[in-house]
Amino acid sequence: MMGDMAALWSYLSTEPLLWLTATLLAYLAAAALARALGTPPWANPVLMAVLILAPVLWATSTPYATYFEGAQFIHFLLGPATVALALPLYDNLPTIRKTVLPIVAALLVGSVVAAASAVGLARAFGLAPEVILSLAPKSTTAPVALGIAEAIGGLPSLTAVLVILTGIIGAVTVTPLMNVLRITDWRARGFAVGVAAHGIGTARAFQVHPQAGAYAGIALALNAVLTSLLVPLLVRFMLP
Amino acid sequence: MVLSLAILLSCQLLGEALARGLQLPVPGPVLGMAALLVGLRLIPRLALVLRPTVGVVLANLSLMFVPAGVGVVGNLSILSSDWPALAVVLVLSTIAAMLATVGTFLALRRLGQGGA
Repeated sequence: MMGDMAALWSYLSTEPLLWLTATLLAYLAAAALARALGTPPWANPVLMAVLILAPVLWATSTPYATYFEGAQFIHFLLGPATVALALPLYDNLPTIRKTVLPIVAALLVGSVVAAASAVGLARAFGLAPEVILSLAPKSTTAPVALGIAEAIGGLPSLTAVLVILTGIIGAVTVTPLMNVLRITDWRARGFAVGVAAHGIGTARAFQVHPQAGAYAGIALALNAVLTSLLVPLLVRFMLP
Repeated sequence: MVLSLAILLSCQLLGEALARGLQLPVPGPVLGMAALLVGLRLIPRLALVLRPTVGVVLANLSLMFVPAGVGVVGNLSILSSDWPALAVVLVLSTIAAMLATVGTFLALRRLGQGGA
């Protein structure tokens, strides 16, 4: 019986099916728990699903590469999901036309502050140059951030970690922060979390309000373009 | 649903081809988003076709970050010694970026209303 179980496990643990299913179940559990709690900001579905899956991988000593064999099918959906952001953008075009100036200015200021504050603070803490370079593109969407980190001499694998953590931090803090400041404009709130915390922030914005989600999506797309132009210049300027 | 997926993936494919072909620093899916926006402007009926599928995709956007998120845990050793400083940098910098963005957005919105 034990031998059968071991054989079954050794088969399942190397097939994509197991970790693909586990990822879906962990996310469903995380989403159900978040809903049951009334979707408070700290119950972030990405964070909770990771906290469910990580101990399982650890306990079964499953390498990340094996896990990703299955999870890659979900990871792949990030691409079409980014394309899909065009629909809320299209729906909001009439209001976006009226807010072109705030959008352009807030994007420029927000993107510079996101990268410059990370580089400046990291220097103040005396972090190693390659860590600082890995931090600089942290507010933009993961595939862009990895490309930038590689181009400027950072560590792409560290950047991946920092980008995800930034997204979770933004998604968790945006609602309490904006509520404390009594900011009620969904466009401004959504745009801010999209600039600072890319797709994970955008996912949170869609949870809170559809217009916040649409503006977060615009911010995410525009910041992907701007960060890839800005960070290499900024790093040359700030790290002589 | 299949038609919607085909439209989304075609736009992404177009975006990837443009990004690589012209060696643009912009990721393919972002160009794909721009392509779909142009498509929606040209053929407004596309919105009706896409809406149900896009609704499901965007309502579950968090799911798609879970595989990358699990990678965070796999890479914890990189963070070993620097994690307290990194945590402070990430929290402060993310909040600073949100404050700067929201402040600029609202200031210029008021300016726009004042001028109108």
